[in-house]
Amino acid sequence: MVSFTINSKKVSFDGDGDTPLLWVLRDQLNMTGTKFGCGVGQCGACTVHVDGQAQRSCVTPVSTVAEQAITTIEGLAPSELELHPVQQAWLEFDVPQCGYCQAGQIMATVDLLRRNPSPTDADIDTSMTNICRCGTYARIRKAIHRAAELSAQGEQE
Amino acid sequence: MSAVLEQKTFSRRQVLIAGAGVAGGFVLGIPQLANATTDSDRMIGYFVEIRADGSVVIGSNQPEIGQGVRTALPMLIAEELDIDWSMVSVRQMPLGIIKTADGFTWKYGGQGVGGSTGLTSNWEYMRQVGATARAQLIKAAAARTGVAEAECSTRPGVVVCGSLQTAIPYGDLIADASALPLPEESPPLKDVADYRVIGSRVKSVDARDIVTGRAKYGVDTVQPDMRYAVIARAPVLNASVKSFDDTETRKVPGVVDVIKIEGPEPGAPYVILASGVAVIATSTWAAMKGRQLLAIDWYESPNATDSSERFWAENREMLKGDGQVVLDDGDFAQAIGDAETVVIRQYQVPFVSHAPLEPQNCYAYVQADECHIIAPTQMPSGASRAAAAVTGLPRENIRVDMTRVGGGFGRRLTNDYVAEAAMISMQTGWPIKLQWSREDDIKNDFYRPGGLHEMQAGLDGDGKVVAWAQRLASGSKYYRRPNMPDEDLFGAELYIDDFPRRIVDNIRMEYFHNAIGLPRGSWRAPAHTANAFVVQSFLDELAHETGADPLQLRLDLYGASREIEYGGHGGPTFNPGRLAKLISFVADKIGYGNTLPDGHGIGLASHFTFGGYAAHAIQVSVVDGKLTIERIVAAIDCGLAVHPNAVEAQLQGGTIDGISTALGLEITVLDGQVQQSNFHDYPLARIAAIPSLFESYIVPFDEQPTGVGEMGIPSAAPALTNAIFAASGVRIRALPIAAQLQI
Ligand code: FES
Ligand code: FES
Repeated sequence: MVSFTINSKKVSFDGDGDTPLLWVLRDQLNMTGTKFGCGVGQCGACTVHVDGQAQRSCVTPVSTVAEQAITTIEGLAPSELELHPVQQAWLEFDVPQCGYCQAGQIMATVDLLRRNPSPTDADIDTSMTNICRCGTYARIRKAIHRAAELSAQGEQE
Repeated sequence: MSAVLEQKTFSRRQVLIAGAGVAGGFVLGIPQLANATTDSDRMIGYFVEIRADGSVVIGSNQPEIGQGVRTALPMLIAEELDIDWSMVSVRQMPLGIIKTADGFTWKYGGQGVGGSTGLTSNWEYMRQVGATARAQLIKAAAARTGVAEAECSTRPGVVVCGSLQTAIPYGDLIADASALPLPEESPPLKDVADYRVIGSRVKSVDARDIVTGRAKYGVDTVQPDMRYAVIARAPVLNASVKSFDDTETRKVPGVVDVIKIEGPEPGAPYVILASGVAVIATSTWAAMKGRQLLAIDWYESPNATDSSERFWAENREMLKGDGQVVLDDGDFAQAIGDAETVVIRQYQVPFVSHAPLEPQNCYAYVQADECHIIAPTQMPSGASRAAAAVTGLPRENIRVDMTRVGGGFGRRLTNDYVAEAAMISMQTGWPIKLQWSREDDIKNDFYRPGGLHEMQAGLDGDGKVVAWAQRLASGSKYYRRPNMPDEDLFGAELYIDDFPRRIVDNIRMEYFHNAIGLPRGSWRAPAHTANAFVVQSFLDELAHETGADPLQLRLDLYGASREIEYGGHGGPTFNPGRLAKLISFVADKIGYGNTLPDGHGIGLASHFTFGGYAAHAIQVSVVDGKLTIERIVAAIDCGLAVHPNAVEAQLQGGTIDGISTALGLEITVLDGQVQQSNFHDYPLARIAAIPSLFESYIVPFDEQPTGVGEMGIPSAAPALTNAIFAASGVRIRALPIAAQLQI
């Protein structure tokens, strides 16, 4: 039995401890915002935060997150009406195409901005390794810079 | 396509059903069909629902694969309905087919997205749907106020009747309007000058759901009692299961069943790709674990010795002989014999995989006399046919729901995964969600055909191209089609009406078919990706050989704006002047002709794809064998841009797809097995490969829209390789680039 929190809610899982967190989220908890793209840590579609840090949930055995706090895309916005600055920036630039990678892209960006509140293009190049098959990279780059601005404004207020 | 209308009585309203064939074509311009009456007194036809508060729910009949059709088509309806876009929400419609005496007809108009036709095939139709709904609201208002219809008009969301100047909101009129008989003909449509929604910077209707994780894709399907399935497919092309031992698999907690999947006969037309063993479990992970523990014995395959090396060697051999002449304009032999300069080059274009980010999946529940499919698919009618073929059920008893699709690129034109899911459900009795892994997807695809092209050109003393030949040895994607004669196989690989036909007088095309076990299919912009690379590289080589400027050489060939005959998809005409305009535009934007530092260069390319035009200018540096893309300028001429945000997105996405594929992607075969398996060895480009200097432009042309999904890709790769040559003198004649330069 493994216990942890997801988006501040306590949950426990009593299946196989080697089950990737991704499948616990998707099949057991029916939280399908976190996506399956490769299953081997390559694409980032499954990115969630474990104690605030981005992690690829397809290669994260659920046993390793015991007593930790998980945040998924469903838990990122502060409320129903209010979005996270990264989500807002994504809407401003109409980033998604098929949209399948975007939960992962957003979760990776939140983590990047936590570590580096105003990343340069070079910083983005080294930190953002999530794959977008549709090729939304040009807008993702703009949206990351915009999210950095929005976050900075938010902090001043 | 003509439609025969017949009338039936249904409930208190009339239903009109069009008798057009359903075989896979698109039904155009039949608003009566779309507006066939429903039982709801909030709806006018199938597409338009108006709520009491004046908000409008618009049905979207096409699969959304990221091309923005769920926004663009409702925009057409909203425009003619005269409603503010902020009042619109969108509902996904299922597949609608109706049985007729001689087959099936569409209930909601043709459904399916491929060949960049989603918008163009619905352009008239959806506007007519909106205009008809608006006319019904006007009629209802006229009846209520006693003002003549001709004296009534609309402002967004309201009908205004004559001098009364009373504005009646649509929401107050809908109950009356929904009960009125529908007109036989569509009312006139708006003038372009009056558009308020079409061409505006509307954002994707689904963006908020996507960024909050709420948008539902096929993989997200959950149904009562559903079980999860994965399949262990034959690792060798066309191998089949001899026997299997599932003892260990069945010990995995959650595994409920293990069954054999019969594959297709080698070489025969097929509904699924491979033979295998399916594991059914209470979770995806249990099914995957169970699959790992299977011990399967396979029959030897006739393709067990297939290899890429052999395929390419055979192609080289073939090109030494004579192929099937598929185009022979003028007198090529004479013209090339008389030419001052003759240039011959070979180019190799590899097999590539679609790899949409959402791996294939499908929900199927087959019961005694009905079947329910929920699938991410580009062709819902194909899903219905696949399920019918597997189950033997009549198609009218097969319900197909479409989810949002995590990328198409042509992969989901084929519904093999739907057939698999239906097989598993039928054999086990469970409602099944079949899930492919990434490895399943990369190893079991309908790959873009690989081919070796030989280009020949003869130029006269003035550098004018007087003779042109393209000779191609490849594995045609038509190879496994039912009733396809060998002499038609070329048609999927060489588009004979492409540039420079009817521009260069003496032109010849030759085809050599090389069978290989690797399945082939439609990969975004099919043969245009290969042919644009080859032709646009070769033009640069001709310029280099004759000391001409690559831009000028193209402008001379393209010539002035004029329509020339084009019999292929995207015709009936092609205007090379639009390519000239676009390539000049991107050249100008990037500063073509300016002096650059050593090791830097600019490459240009342009191409006509399925009715639309695009051009790219790319600047790179090549320093110590290391390639860096520094700047990209892309432009598209899609006629009228209906949904500019989506046009730009498709142009950018196509550009990146072209670059990503050219840089590092190739599928190879050894001992009958696909050697790539996941993104570590099939490395799609990441953000670092795409420079921050990336401009995309929409260059308007006229009032007719063209599609946009495939136009952005073909000219990207040759612009890149032409830039590499300009920077370094290295001519890339075989893709991918990573085999020759550090990327
Ligand atoms: S699904 Fe986890 S990284 Fe791709
Ligand atoms: S938007 Fe489709 S994969 Fe990124």
